[in-house]
Amino acid sequence: MTTERERELRAPLDDAPTITVEEFRRRSRRSFLTGAAGITGAVLGWRWLQNQPVADGIPQPLRSQLERNETLWTRLSASRSAPEFAVSEATPIQVNGRIGIRNEIDLADWTVRVEGPDGELLDDLDVAAFDALPQRDMVIEHKCIEGWSSIVHWGGVRFSDFHQRYADRVGDAPYVGLETPDGLYYVGWDMASIMHPQTMLALRQGGAPLDQDHGAPLRIATPNKYGIKCLKRIGVIRYARERPADYWAERSYDWYAGL
Amino acid sequence: MGTERELPQQETLDDGEVIARLVHPRAIRWLHWINFPLLFIMIWSGLRIYWAEDVYAAGIGSWQWFAFFPDAVYERLDLGRHLARGLAFHFSFGWLFVINGAIYVTYLAITGEWRHIVPDRHAAREAKDVVLHDVRIKKQAPPQGKYNAAQRISYTVVLVMALVLVVSGFAIYKPTQLYPLPLLFGGYQGARVIHFTMTIGLMAFFVVHVLQVIRSGWGNFRSMVTGYQIERRRPPSDTSPPISVTPVSESETHATEIEEVSP
Repeated sequence: MTTERERELRAPLDDAPTITVEEFRRRSRRSFLTGAAGITGAVLGWRWLQNQPVADGIPQPLRSQLERNETLWTRLSASRSAPEFAVSEATPIQVNGRIGIRNEIDLADWTVRVEGPDGELLDDLDVAAFDALPQRDMVIEHKCIEGWSSIVHWGGVRFSDFHQRYADRVGDAPYVGLETPDGLYYVGWDMASIMHPQTMLALRQGGAPLDQDHGAPLRIATPNKYGIKCLKRIGVIRYARERPADYWAERSYDWYAGL
Repeated sequence: MGTERELPQQETLDDGEVIARLVHPRAIRWLHWINFPLLFIMIWSGLRIYWAEDVYAAGIGSWQWFAFFPDAVYERLDLGRHLARGLAFHFSFGWLFVINGAIYVTYLAITGEWRHIVPDRHAAREAKDVVLHDVRIKKQAPPQGKYNAAQRISYTVVLVMALVLVVSGFAIYKPTQLYPLPLLFGGYQGARVIHFTMTIGLMAFFVVHVLQVIRSGWGNFRSMVTGYQIERRRPPSDTSPPISVTPVSESETHATEIEEVSP
């Protein structure tokens, strides 16, 4: 018997248009041909993408999309901040990369070159110069592009405070490049990101001076970009008019790497 | 019902004439098939990202059943050492996946098609009967509309999972710019776990879905391509004797086609 329930469930379907089997055959053929064309188009599109010129390790259309993503996200909310945590929540952070810091250095000899956009030397600073700037602490989630994250207690100087000393001399240079003393590791930052109040030239981790594995004596730290941008053992800070070279962006990663 | 009432009575044969009924509108078919490669690309590129920090495992407490994923899986599918390419594909095709899904949900909402999918209050009981029927414990399948109750529940759950998947994905992608979105998932790492779990859930759905489509047969698969399902014409349901909504077999269709050659 047809139950009430059956009628209720069936009713919306009964309203659907019907066609003769003959018409169905005709439309069927057309649909399958459309499907075949669609599959062919998808395969060709996929192969087209794979055969595009490579831009720093990935097909150009993907590189362009990463750039569009950057434009979108920086426009949407450039001034937002990541959450901060209690000091007690901080944990040790793993050492993930040693590029540019494989050898130990004599920290007493260390200085950082500060260069202007025309390559001119603005300063050659030792650790004491950074100790003299306003000191801040922040407990933030450091995020690795691989997926892990750690809550880290950083101490040091806001880049924006450091920048005050050079603001007049570097004009409106839109980028800052950072390099290890041996030049093996280098990253590029856009000015908005590096001037963010949570972007820190860190001297301390967990209240103690950085050890060499974590970038002593000076590294950059932020919760708003992946760790690949957080260069350890800064040897050069260079203001730039063009987008600075970036170690990982040259190896298929996103240049912006923003969170 | 309207279509049938307008037809002269003599055209409704006692056995029921074989006809084709539209079950999947064009938009749904396109969105369904576009989603297929997009979901595939997202899972493939996502696994390449996951490889870089593959910390999850299935198990209870400290007992681990198996790790996600065994090395053989990575090797077989070439998932290892492609993090950067995985990210580039994920953050490019992700937009297409999201746009396609958003159009699909909007379409369901505007056209009322969602009524075929979202389960009603009888669905849980009927879904149980569907399963019992599927494993041949029950002889009679429960009544159904376009989809049976088990399908309705799983299609709805899949839509919800896809939504959670996308939202948790954005929470991982831009945790600062979209803050406090990650808090919805218990933080950044919580969002990662949820994102991964939803992916495994969608993969499991995909496997069951494909198996069920194979089990249902060619007519069912074809309906998602052509939109139409072959069935016997039924008299208007309010006066109907017992009827069958079971799609007729291929051979029957052919026989009818031959009969219908002369108008």
